This record gives sequence, C-alpha cells and structure tokens, in this order.
Amino acid sequence: MSAAGAGADGTSGSAVSAAGAGADRADRAEWETVVGLEVHCELETQTKLFCGCKNAFGDEPNTNVCPVCLGLPGSLPVLNAFAVELAMRIGEALHCEVRPSSFHRKNYFYPDMPKDYQISQYDEPINVGGWLELPDGSRVGIERAHLEEDTGKTTHQGETGRIHAADYALVDYNRAGVPLVEIVSRPDIRSSAQARLYVTELRAVLVATGASDGRMEEGSLRVDANVSVRRVGAVAFGTRCEVKNLNSLRSLGRAIDHEVARQVALVEATGTVVQETRHWDENAGRTVPLRSKEEAFDYRYFPEPDLVPLAPGSDWRARAARAVGLLPSARRERLAGLLGGAPTPQQVDQVHVVVAQGLDDLVVAAVAQGAPAGVALVRAANELAADLGAALVLDPGIFGRVAVMEAQGELTATQAKAVLAELLAAGGGDPAAIAAEKGFEALSEGSLAAVVQGVVEAHPEEWSRYSAGEDKLAGFFTGQVMRATGGKADGKAVAAELQRLRR
Amino acid sequence: MSEPPSLGRDDVAHVAGLARLSLSEEELDMFTGQLARVIDHARDVSSLDVHDVPPTAHPLPVRNVLRTDDPCPGLDRDEVLAAAPDVEDGRFKVPRIVGEAP
Amino acid sequence: MTPDDAGSALALADAVRRGERSARSVAEAALGAIAAREPELHAFLHVAADGARADADAVDEKVRAGEDPGPLAGVPVALKDNLCTRGIPTTCASRILEGWRPPYDATVVTRLRDAGAVVVGKTNLDEFAMGSSTENSCMGPTRHPMDPSRVPGGSSGGSAAAVGAGLVPLGLGSDTGGSVRQPAALCGVVGMKPTYGMVSRYGLVAFASSLDQIGPFARSVGDAALLFEVIAGHDPKDSTSLDLPVPAAVRSLEVGVEGLRVGVCEELVADTAPDVSRRVREAAEDLARAGALVEEVSVPEMRLGLSAYYLIAPAEASSNLARYDGVRYGLRVDALDVAQMNTATRTAGFGPEVKRRIMLGTYALSAGYYDAYYGKAQRVRTLLIRAFDLAYERFDVLIGATAPTTAFAIGERVADPLTMYLSDVCTIPSNLSGHPAMSVPFGAGDDGLPVGVQVLAPALCEERLFQVAAALERSAAARARPGHGEGRR
Repeated sequence: MSAAGAGADGTSGSAVSAAGAGADRADRAEWETVVGLEVHCELETQTKLFCGCKNAFGDEPNTNVCPVCLGLPGSLPVLNAFAVELAMRIGEALHCEVRPSSFHRKNYFYPDMPKDYQISQYDEPINVGGWLELPDGSRVGIERAHLEEDTGKTTHQGETGRIHAADYALVDYNRAGVPLVEIVSRPDIRSSAQARLYVTELRAVLVATGASDGRMEEGSLRVDANVSVRRVGAVAFGTRCEVKNLNSLRSLGRAIDHEVARQVALVEATGTVVQETRHWDENAGRTVPLRSKEEAFDYRYFPEPDLVPLAPGSDWRARAARAVGLLPSARRERLAGLLGGAPTPQQVDQVHVVVAQGLDDLVVAAVAQGAPAGVALVRAANELAADLGAALVLDPGIFGRVAVMEAQGELTATQAKAVLAELLAAGGGDPAAIAAEKGFEALSEGSLAAVVQGVVEAHPEEWSRYSAGEDKLAGFFTGQVMRATGGKADGKAVAAELQRLRR
Repeated sequence: MSEPPSLGRDDVAHVAGLARLSLSEEELDMFTGQLARVIDHARDVSSLDVHDVPPTAHPLPVRNVLRTDDPCPGLDRDEVLAAAPDVEDGRFKVPRIVGEAP
Repeated sequence: MTPDDAGSALALADAVRRGERSARSVAEAALGAIAAREPELHAFLHVAADGARADADAVDEKVRAGEDPGPLAGVPVALKDNLCTRGIPTTCASRILEGWRPPYDATVVTRLRDAGAVVVGKTNLDEFAMGSSTENSCMGPTRHPMDPSRVPGGSSGGSAAAVGAGLVPLGLGSDTGGSVRQPAALCGVVGMKPTYGMVSRYGLVAFASSLDQIGPFARSVGDAALLFEVIAGHDPKDSTSLDLPVPAAVRSLEVGVEGLRVGVCEELVADTAPDVSRRVREAAEDLARAGALVEEVSVPEMRLGLSAYYLIAPAEASSNLARYDGVRYGLRVDALDVAQMNTATRTAGFGPEVKRRIMLGTYALSAGYYDAYYGKAQRVRTLLIRAFDLAYERFDVLIGATAPTTAFAIGERVADPLTMYLSDVCTIPSNLSGHPAMSVPFGAGDDGLPVGVQVLAPALCEERLFQVAAALERSAAARARPGHGEGRR
C-alpha cells in the first residue's frame, strides 16, 4: 500500500452504478485516461521477510509457519538480508535512488494478518524516484519501490463461494510474511494498452533482476490500478478510484477500459467521481465498489520498534547494482543486433516475445554456436515460447542445430517444428537422429523437380489454367506435391519450381 | 504552537471502534473522564515546541541488523492448530468476513 | 542478607555443583515454601511442580555424571507470566490468553535452563504488565509479603513477592516503566533493568517494544549480578539485541566507589514521601563516606518523562495487543462476522486498564493527533536522552528514590489511573533513555516497610551500576546492624 494513499482510503457507499452505454455515446476523444499502477512483487527468496520459514508456493496450508510469521506473543522479526538485496536490485533496475530506510507498522484488523498490523516501509522507503522505459519509447515514472510483508491467504467458504455470501472463512498463513516489493508508478500511464505494456515490461525487468519469477497466475505479481479521467488539456487530475483484483494482463486492460467508461459517464452525468476502492469482477466484466466496513481506515503508522533502521553501505549497494542482469531493453537491442540489418516489424515483435519470455539468452547462445539468427528468432518466438518450461532448459547447441538444418533446407519449416516439439518433450536429444527417425530426410533439388514435374503431368487441365494465370491453383499443386512426398517437400521450394515451370 | 484539543466522548468511541472494543454507555463515560485526565496531564509534552528536535524511535543507535536467507524449521502444524479456537482442513476457521482487506 | 547466606543463589548453586545438596531437594524446599505461603500471597499463576522436579533431576544427573550443570545449578527461579515457556501456560494474567501454552521458550528461559536453573513457576502480574500494583491481574492481586493488606508493587509483583517472601532466591520480571525496580523497592529486594538491548526480548510478550527489558530480582546484589550475567548477551532472534560482550557484573561487586562521581538527582527525590527521601540522603551520605564524590544535580527534563511515557507506551501497546483477535490462539467469543468476533473477544478478554491503554495509544497514533502526541513524545524522548548525556558528563552515576512511597494499600489507587501512573515517575526516565538502573533495598519507611534506592548509569555501564549497588547494600547492612539505631523497625 502506498504511503500516498494512507489518508485517502476512506471509502464511500454512494457510488453510482457503471453506465458503460452512456460512456460509449460520449465523445471519448474529449477525455484523457490517467492511470498509476501499484505492483506487488513477491521476492524470490528462500525464506520469508522476517523469519526463516520457507517462502514457497503451493505447500500444504500452515506448514511453513513459526512463532514470528504467526504473530505469536513474544515473537520478534529479523530482516532477511537477501530480500533487502533484491529490493536494491529492483531499485537499481528502475533507476531509483537507493536510500537508507526504515520500517513502520500499518495497523488494521484483518484475519489474514497475524499481528493485525503489517510491517511496511512508509516515509523512508528503500527506493525512491526512477523510471521505466517501455518498448514503445515512452517512460513511466516510478514513485517508490518499498519492502513489506505479504499477508496470509483467506478462502471464503459458502454456497456460492462469493465473499459476501460466504458462511465462514479459512486462513492459511504460509504466505504471511513472504517478502514483497511494492512498486508504485507515477500517474503517467495514458491508456489501458500502455498499462499492459508497463506491466509486461516491469515483469521482464523483475525477472531480469532475479527478484521475481514473474508468475502472475500464481500471484507472484499483483496489480492494483489507480484510475481517473480528465478532459483533454486539463492540468488537474480527476478523482481517482483504486481498482483491485487485477490478476492478469487481460483483466488489467479490461478493468481500466471499463473504469474509464464508468468515470466518464459519471462525470458527464453528475459532474463528479466518488473516490473509492473498487473490485474488478472478471466474470461480470465490471468494477464494483468494495463493501467497506463501517469504520473508516486509520492505519496509525508508527516506526516499527522491533526493527532497527536499514542503511546499506555503498559496497553492498554497488554489489546489488552489479548483480542486476541485462535489462530487457538491452536484451532487445542485443537480440535485434544479431539480425544484421534493420529488423522487419514481424521481427521486432518476435524480439519482444523472446525477451519477455526470457528466451533471448538461449537464442544468443545458439547464434554464437553458428545458428542463423533469423530462423532461431522465429522458432524461439513461436515454438519455444509455446512450451516455456521445457524451452528454458533446452541446450542452445541442440536448438541451434535445428535452426541450421532448417536454414540449409535439410528440414522444412513444418519438419523443424516437429523436431523441436520432440526435443522439448524429451528434454533434449539429437536433432538429426530425430529427423531420420521421422523419415525427414530432405528431398534433393533434383528429386523435388522430378516430383513437381510428375504432378504437373498428372493434372494437365489444372496446369493449363495455372499457366494462364489462375494463381490460386499454386496451392492445389503444392498440396499434391506434399502428398506425393509425405510432407517432406519445402513449400517455398515447390512454389519456386512451379514458377520456374510456368515461365 | 496550537494547543491540542482535550479528549471527548466521541474520541473515545472512535478509538474504541478502531481498536475493536465495545463500550457500554457507562464505560464510555468512565473512560472518557479517565483518559481526558491523562491527556490533559500530557499537555506538558503536547504543548511543547520541539519541532527542531529529532524523534527517538530506538533508544540506541543500532543499524542494519539482518539475517541470512537460510531456512530453519518452523512449528508443527498440529501443535499450531491445537491452540486455535476453531480449525478446518488444516486452516484457521473464522466467521464470515464482511468487506475486503484495505 | 549477603551472598554467603545459605539461601542465596550463589551458595545454593555451589552446594549443588559440589554435590553437597541435590537440586531435587532444593526444588522440593522451594515447592514446599510456595505451597505454604501461596494461599496468602498469591504470587504464582502457575506452579510447574513436575517440570521443576524434572529440571532438578536433570541437574543432579549432570552432577553425578561429572558434567558442569552451570552457574545456576539447581537454583529455583520464578518467571513473570509474560515470558514464554514451552508447554507451560503463559497468560500475562489476561483472560484473553487463558490456557495458552506457547510452542516455544523465550531466549531468557533457554539461557536459564542452560545455566542449570530450575523453573518453579509463573508469577502474577498486572495484565500484560500494565500497572504498578499487580491489582490489574485477571486472577486477583498478589499481596505484599510483609503486609497482606498492601500491594507488592507492579507490574512484576508476583516475582518480587516470591523473592521477597523467600520462596525462591531468584525471579525474572519485565521493566517497561519501572515494573521490576518499583516492586523490588516495595518488597525489599534487588531489582534491575538492564540497558535496552542487553537482554533478549525474544519470548517476552510485548507491552511497549521500545521500552521493554527483562530484568532480575534477587535478595542480594551479588545474586542479581549472577542472574544478570546468565540472561544477558546477544540474541540473533531479537533485532534490538546488542552484539556486545556481557558486562562483568559479578567482578564489579567488590570494586568500591572511591573517586566515583555520584549525582543525587533532585527530580528523583523532590516529589517523594519524606521517609523515602530521607533514605536516599542517607544513601548519598554513606557513598560519600565510602569515598565517592557526591553532589546534587537537577535534570528537569525528567519531569516530562511521565507524560512522554504515557503516550509512547500505550501507543506501542495498542499495536502489540492487536493480535489478540480470537483467530489463532487464546480466547474467542463467537459472533456473526469476523469483525464482531474480534470485538466481542477483545471486549471480554481485556481488563479495564488494558482497554484504557489501548484506547489511549490508539488515540495518540490516530490521524490528526500523531504529531501532537506520539510524535511529540518521541521528540521529548530525545530531549531527555540529551539531558542524561549532559548529566553523565559530570557524574558517573545518578541516585534517587525508586518509588515515591513505600507499599500502598490494596485498592488505594485503583480508582484513579493517573495517581497509579505517578507510582512510576522515578523509574520511567531510564526506560525512555534505554539506560540501565537498579533498585537496592535501603532501610524502611515510617511504616516499617522497605524503601529502595535507585542507581542510574549510562547505557552499557552495568558494571558501574553493580559496583555502586553493592556499596549501597553494604552500607544498608551496616545501618541495620544492632547498635546502629537506624535499622528496620
């Protein structure tokens, strides 16, 4: 939770219901979207932030707990040095000022919080200022990136499984005390597309620093959006609403679009937006106000007396900076540089995908071992990205050999895909042996010409029409050649041969 | 330096709510009187002009107390849950939750 | 009493280590004494008779095997019931923790056991250590060992009474605003608050984290030194624990006070009862006779201590006590939803003094009031520390009264919290500054009940503290000898 929100989280029940239809009628060109994002990143440490319990996802409930993370009377927190290191790496990667910091207690009652206060950084966060450059060249400012502890996990039990209809709840404290870095952006984001781009890029940066596994679906990254609207040209910001429960990029984009439409309609109808926290309902496709407790929130922040201030020395800060790996922007440049010329728009996309999925090291290594960059890039962006888990442990030499075979015509594109699939499934192997086993011996140029010739002769009527300019029959002939060769022919080579015969 | 206000009945009702305590009307009167006396006594501190004095949160100037990121065994789940008022499926059971975490 | 007394911890440990007495027989004697006095005193919330016998047998086994059972071999110790003991109830004298058995031992408990001590039970206290009389216990008050109509002081009144009544030679308490020193003074025993960070707080149920320290009770300064050396020292489980060598307390006892600069602190004398301040002046005279350079000194900032304390301590407490919500352990009072369950549980589980402090602290931290109350109290804390630093440029130690009066009557101060809070006015400054301080019995008041003289020293100067305390103990003993005419009536 950001310090900026501390005094302004009081919610109000007088929300006007969303009026998407009205917003659609409104002239959207008059309105500007303003978004700031709060991203919670679970750190990839062995242990929790303040105790030696395992930081693990998916274990049996309440098996990674101790007196500290259960908030038992008498227990005391001790700060995890590696969590601090990762927080500093994040700060370095986001061009923040990494500073001496301290911890505060944020007091509020909730059953997933064992001490009924959260230890977080408040007015002295470890990282302040900074920015993230997006692939489209835009820059989003970073307000702060601070350390705090995660809460446990609450499961609402009841007939419908919905919160408000639940009969009771069950709490698992395995996640309580897991280290988080909360990255708060400035309200610099101007569209849902840019918001998605920001999260995608931030995710890649976090993975690059070693701080995060980047798995949004497991909750390793959680996003809240502060959304407001203002008339184009206005300087002052509109009243913002915080939208929670954005568990995927898709939700993020949809929720912002919906919320913007809702707010525009609201301002046009009533002139104002009520500041409140709203929940994204993925199934209904809309944001709904959180039914708040009667009491107003007053977090009563004060310095955590059980912890001492943190002031990492310049040596440690320098070590953390050095430990930050190549950042996505640098990785994209490196990968594009291998293509030996200006990349096509398609290749730009492929470069983004490969870097975002963390496959660029593999491609770079394969190219270093002689693989052609273009082919390797295409296969990585498509086939490897589709089976990421297996791809990330694939030997670059083996991957490179497939690319070489394809480039040299020993394998068709279709065959190369099949060989890769086999390699990924088996966790490795010899591409040539797999190709041979599948009967993928390449057709020589001469034998391909013979097959094409045979097909042409077998279909004289179609051939005369094709010769007369009916181009779509090329597909018919290619199909026939493929059938005749059992799929071993290279589609491009067939097309070239047909062209040659027609001339 | 403006004098901080004295503490009234509404203040006590408000903080009781924040602290999840419920008070009878009688208790509210009693606590208001008692707490107001303490707050009034504290005027010797609350009315001081000390804006140029830094606050002390820790009595001794210690910094950077850290532990290495090494796992150590936690508690046995059965022992943990045995202390709980109510459990189900290895988890702590609580009445329904109205409202989400802030 | 001197360290050579047969009942002293030092003598008992020596006898047990030499095999002259079995730890079991020492434990049985303590359990017997407890059984005899307990109905009247109510010093204990839980007597761990079986555990004590098992601990004692283990010590005896070590002696038989020729292993070193440790410096506190077989010495019975009473623990304030806010120290976590694995498998032994730890209630903080609160209904909200009734029946809770911690799954772990506090670091001091581990250290005691490693030193061969025998834990005989858990002692009564003001609920969550909030009080100065042990009347705020949900289990009823502890009575003064010399006069059952009076309080033993608090909040560690159970440990003070148990040691004062001779049931055990050693006890542990916690001192947030004087909760070891004040009951020690009232019960006529030695009580000490170490430098903040000297003794690990891990396993001490928190009241006010930036003020809490665990401290020893003993019938002599020497025994207190022995116990202090066992419990002090760095603990990686407490981030505020100091990573420094343990002061040589025992070795400091015979050093004497010649040439030592002693300031008699006006603020710790002026507002105390005449029979108390008279003892402080006698103590100052005795120190001067023993060669110390004694002068009066005023540290006016101390007068701000009470207010600063009653903003800071409740603020931290309001947060520390939030966790008692009926979810994970302790009391639950059921209700329709979780917020109502929290409220019902806390309303039923906490006594009025705890509620007062939670509300006071919540108020001091709440939006709009933080700067005026909590923030300002933290700044006043800085002022007080600076004032102490200045005083310690001129003096090696300060002395004064520990408590403004001798033990008061049960019920006398319960109606008015502020009057009760004033009982801590002399002890609070050392908690705010984090400095060590000790109360040494020094004669009696007009009512014949004990008076304690307090010695204050700069941070980490425990050796100096024990040095002066031992000298005071010798002069108090000299005054008590027949023929002196000034002894306890």
